[in-house]
Amino acid sequence: MKLVIGIVRPEKANDVLEALYRAEVRGVSLSRVEGHGGELERVETYRGTTVKMGLSDKVRFEVAVSDAFVQPTIEALCEGGRTGEVGDGKVFVVPLEQAVRIRTGESAEAAVTPVVAR
Amino acid sequence: MTGALATLLPLAQIDTGDTAWILASTALVLMMTIALGVFYTGLVRAKNSLNTFMMCVSSLAIGGIAWALIGYSIAFDGEGAILGGLGHVALNGVGFEPRGEGTIPHLVFFAFQGTFCILTLALVSGAVVERMRFGAWMVFGALWSVLVYAVLAHWAFGGGWLAENGLLDFAGGVPVEMGSGFAALAAALVVGARKDYGRQALLPHNAIYVLLGAGLLWFGWFGFNGGSGLGTNNASVLAFVNTMLTPACALFTWFVLDLVRGRRVTAVGAATSIIVGCVLITPAGAFISPGWAMVLGFLGAIPCYAVIVWRPRTRVDETLDVLAAHGIAGFTGILFLGLVAQVGWNGVADGLFYGDAGQFWSQALAAAVAPAYAFGATFVLLKLVGAVMPLRASEHDEAVGMDVVFHGEEAYASGEGAILVQPEADGELLVADPS
Repeated sequence: MKLVIGIVRPEKANDVLEALYRAEVRGVSLSRVEGHGGELERVETYRGTTVKMGLSDKVRFEVAVSDAFVQPTIEALCEGGRTGEVGDGKVFVVPLEQAVRIRTGESAEAAVTPVVAR
Repeated sequence: MTGALATLLPLAQIDTGDTAWILASTALVLMMTIALGVFYTGLVRAKNSLNTFMMCVSSLAIGGIAWALIGYSIAFDGEGAILGGLGHVALNGVGFEPRGEGTIPHLVFFAFQGTFCILTLALVSGAVVERMRFGAWMVFGALWSVLVYAVLAHWAFGGGWLAENGLLDFAGGVPVEMGSGFAALAAALVVGARKDYGRQALLPHNAIYVLLGAGLLWFGWFGFNGGSGLGTNNASVLAFVNTMLTPACALFTWFVLDLVRGRRVTAVGAATSIIVGCVLITPAGAFISPGWAMVLGFLGAIPCYAVIVWRPRTRVDETLDVLAAHGIAGFTGILFLGLVAQVGWNGVADGLFYGDAGQFWSQALAAAVAPAYAFGATFVLLKLVGAVMPLRASEHDEAVGMDVVFHGEEAYASGEGAILVQPEADGELLVADPS
């Protein structure tokens, strides 16, 4: 059981979601974050104030998956998030100690196996 | 000497009440361009919101300058069938004396008409927001103001061939509404769709701005229509009242259509219907009775609604539906007034229902010719501009957003991660030392 974290460009978030869906990975959280990954800094000017924007908007995906789904999830994040330019983001995979589904109390693999609401 | 003195003396035929109202109306119509900016900005994504607003703001500059330098002369100098003359280039001969039979100073007439040119240009931007390059937009805008807007204004208002043919167009169904609407369709086709159009949901980022902009547009439209009588006469009064009634009825129809289609009344739909109602009554203005103005609102909203529902199912990314809200509504209004105009109300002409079929055919001719010219001329003009400079931003820039790319600003900058840059004496920009 792993937690796969993908940080991607906001404009690629939809492509990543699409790729995850095609890989049959369900159960995704995403949050808007700001970060810096070596891309060119933007210079912005507001009246007399000039600033360098060191941070860019990014979207952070968090996907908890069973081991069999780790590789497809990584591939989906890379395929959906890639533009080929600096600043496309990163994927991190970390071991997951425990997962609990709040509704049922199921834990471990059962908790990260998606169910579909009817 | 006497000439210069004469221009400074009040002239007998100038009416101070008329002048006061057209001065106020001019300011109201100028405000509509900013109101349109608010409306359009609410409809686009946050990363393109400043650029969308700036397209309207830039119209204030390029539309206003083009109008003063040449557009006004093309539109309102002389009675040529196709084009006006060059007698009023750079405000030549535009002074304190009234124009023709008017009761307001020529300068006021010039400024009032100028605000229409600016607004119409800003309207066209709705077709190409979120991907057109800002520089290309301004070059196109300067040429469009003269070659399309001023020409149509001459045909409808300046004694051109449509006016000679008996066309009734109170406040700009031909140059403003059909002019912008069908030019927008051509612009959308030439510039092409946004890269994510039809693939991703591209949603309005702030529906409050959409409502606020629409409300301010309606407010300004009282000057737009109410001032088009060029005085404080019966025509202005009737157009003013109709400007209250038609949008109210268009709103109601939109509510009903929304309910039938989606079981909910939508806010963005309501804002759109306010614009549609104002456009519907623009050509009809003071030519039809208040009762018919209400019928126009109730019925005229239907074709516009149909086009707004249909258009996103096509490959044509006419992004903010200028064609539906202005082109189709203007077309409907121009024809409708040919049916129901009444001499008893307007003192000028009857429509088909009151015995003058000829009036309807004059309207129908304009409804055929104005869209054709606006579409064709805009299409060719943009192709020519596109041959000289790229019209649209790169895919990369489109992904980043027009605000950062073209303006180096963000509409909703948080300031997090922003490092202050201190200007140094040698002109180099150095990052501030935080200590």
